[in-house]
Amino acid sequence: MSTAPTTETRATRASTSDALAPVTAEGLAAVLISKERPPRPSAWTTSLAFGWRAVLKIKHVPEQLFDVTAFPIMMVLMYTYLFGGALAGSTTDYLQFLLPGILVMSVVMITMYTGVAVNTDIAKGVFDRFRTLPIWRPSAMVGYLLGDVLRYAMASAVMLTVGLILGFRPDGGVVGVLAGIVLLMIFSFSFSWVWTMFGLLLRSEKSVMGVSMMVLFPLTFLSNIFVDPKTMPDWLQVFVNNSPVTHLSSAVRDLMDGGWPAVEIAWSLGWSGALVLVFGTITMRLYNSK
Amino acid sequence: MSPPGADLAIETFGLVKVFGETRAVDGVDLAVPAGTVYGVLGPNGAGKTTAVKMLATLLRPDGGEARVFGHDVLREADAVRSRVSLTGQYASVDEDLTGRENLILLARLLGHRKPAAKERAAQLLDAFGLTEAADKQVKHYSGGMRRRIDIAASILNTPDLLFLDEPTTGLDPRSRNQVWDIVRAVVQQGATVLLTTQYLDEADQLASRIAVIDQGKVIAEGTKGELKASVGAGSVHVRLRHAEQRPEAERLLTQYLAAQVQLEHDPVALTARVGLAGDGGGAAEQAARALHELSRSGITVDNFSLGQPSLDEVFLALTDHPATGPDRATDPTDPTDPTDPTDPTDPTDPTDSTSPLDPTAARTPVGSGGPSKGPTSKGGAAK
Repeated sequence: MSTAPTTETRATRASTSDALAPVTAEGLAAVLISKERPPRPSAWTTSLAFGWRAVLKIKHVPEQLFDVTAFPIMMVLMYTYLFGGALAGSTTDYLQFLLPGILVMSVVMITMYTGVAVNTDIAKGVFDRFRTLPIWRPSAMVGYLLGDVLRYAMASAVMLTVGLILGFRPDGGVVGVLAGIVLLMIFSFSFSWVWTMFGLLLRSEKSVMGVSMMVLFPLTFLSNIFVDPKTMPDWLQVFVNNSPVTHLSSAVRDLMDGGWPAVEIAWSLGWSGALVLVFGTITMRLYNSK
Repeated sequence: MSPPGADLAIETFGLVKVFGETRAVDGVDLAVPAGTVYGVLGPNGAGKTTAVKMLATLLRPDGGEARVFGHDVLREADAVRSRVSLTGQYASVDEDLTGRENLILLARLLGHRKPAAKERAAQLLDAFGLTEAADKQVKHYSGGMRRRIDIAASILNTPDLLFLDEPTTGLDPRSRNQVWDIVRAVVQQGATVLLTTQYLDEADQLASRIAVIDQGKVIAEGTKGELKASVGAGSVHVRLRHAEQRPEAERLLTQYLAAQVQLEHDPVALTARVGLAGDGGGAAEQAARALHELSRSGITVDNFSLGQPSLDEVFLALTDHPATGPDRATDPTDPTDPTDPTDPTDPTDPTDSTSPLDPTAARTPVGSGGPSKGPTSKGGAAK
């Protein structure tokens, strides 16, 4: 924000001096003449339009893809070589077990940027315009998340590529891997509503980051991503075995391994539905009263 | 068939919005006839933006009622939204997107199919002289270009009611004049415009009716002529040869014109309203008599002028404080701005304090230094 005045001055100097073409009454009359209005767009159309906005933002500021490229690569390399030897005897063996889990962990962690984006974006004047449009109210938020799902898919592709290079050989083949990723995308989309809520609720970007970390670290580490929960104390097993992240990573791991873990899939989808229902509702309440 | 008050674009009764301890909007009654430019004039923090936000369905009123084309802003928010457009005080477009992308996005959101949206965007960019800058991100636009793209976005679907919240704040005089032209053209097409402004000449130039708002209340409402008439028929501006004669001149003018006399910064100048003395007689006649008295008392008048009262004077007369910081108006770079009841940095202003942009940082109201009506700024002397 603090750079706004300088940018403005610079832009003013650069562009106002080379006179803007005058606005003529005839020209305006021509654009204003059409009084007819298109029919009200569907919820899906407006959500997609907002999703397109998210994609355009990625196009204009590609640096923001750092978190879905470099970060996941780092995660795969770090955990494979750090824990592989100790936990599974060899890094290649461990990778077969770890990769689906680390994929879940990284993508779930990336979801927190949704909250940050919502928080910085919502304060801008453009939201006043969006909120005065006669459209399905949640579409602005759904649009964000659609854009984010694209980012999650990119992160997944990057990690799978790195994994395949390092020796990850999923038995489920292309179909199993894709099924796992689709399930992960559905869960991440739903889980992101937690962050849209915090993005609207908290006052600064920093506090959104802080809260996200506090939720995400325990949630992702206290799961079956790195080790078998049987090695954990009983009380911790209770938490870990019921964590949505455990259900999700079991499901993704099994799908990529060629299985059909119906129960774990059902748990993951159930959690997804519950998250949308609870946090989506709260998000929209906050959005409408903002 | 038409709902009650349909010939009115906006109708409010006792509209109230409270932020903590501050009554930002404190019982506002408005009746805005359709098809006109209605000016809401007031200093920073007067409650203009808050009122507009309630009318545009962005804020829930805490009391009172507001109807837009007969639709209640709370209960029929969607019906209101389909007829209004808002150009906020800060650019209401996405700065990370290009001008063209912004327009296409909004056209899509308004229900245009993709090819139609693209065509409409191109058409508007062309009409607003932005074709060359169409594919640049809005954050690289100049202030004038931002305003244009902003207004273009507001008329993607020709709105029945357009809210323009301080559309020229921070613009240079030329860009400001261009915005004025656009507003006039929009109204010519039959739209209603609710314009908020802190610039008196802007309301004077554009609006047919004006509500003067101060501290959340409407303190005067009427046509320009009515408002001006309420403070007298005009002003006489006098320059003396000798500064030491000014107190005497002030006394005489006060006596003969039955009006408060303002002393200017310039030690030989003073201004008085005329047309208030209840003895009949036109403003010119009264002024002539007063000048005659001055010369009879041996006061040398170097020159004088008789002008229409400006809205500046109207505001002063209504509130006992000037609408804009006069020092800022005459010299935007002056850093030693004295404390002023209407200082835009006023921390009690709830609408500004929630905004991420400091309104004074980038947007010094240089616009108010432009052409003004009648005898020039008197505000400074009144403090």
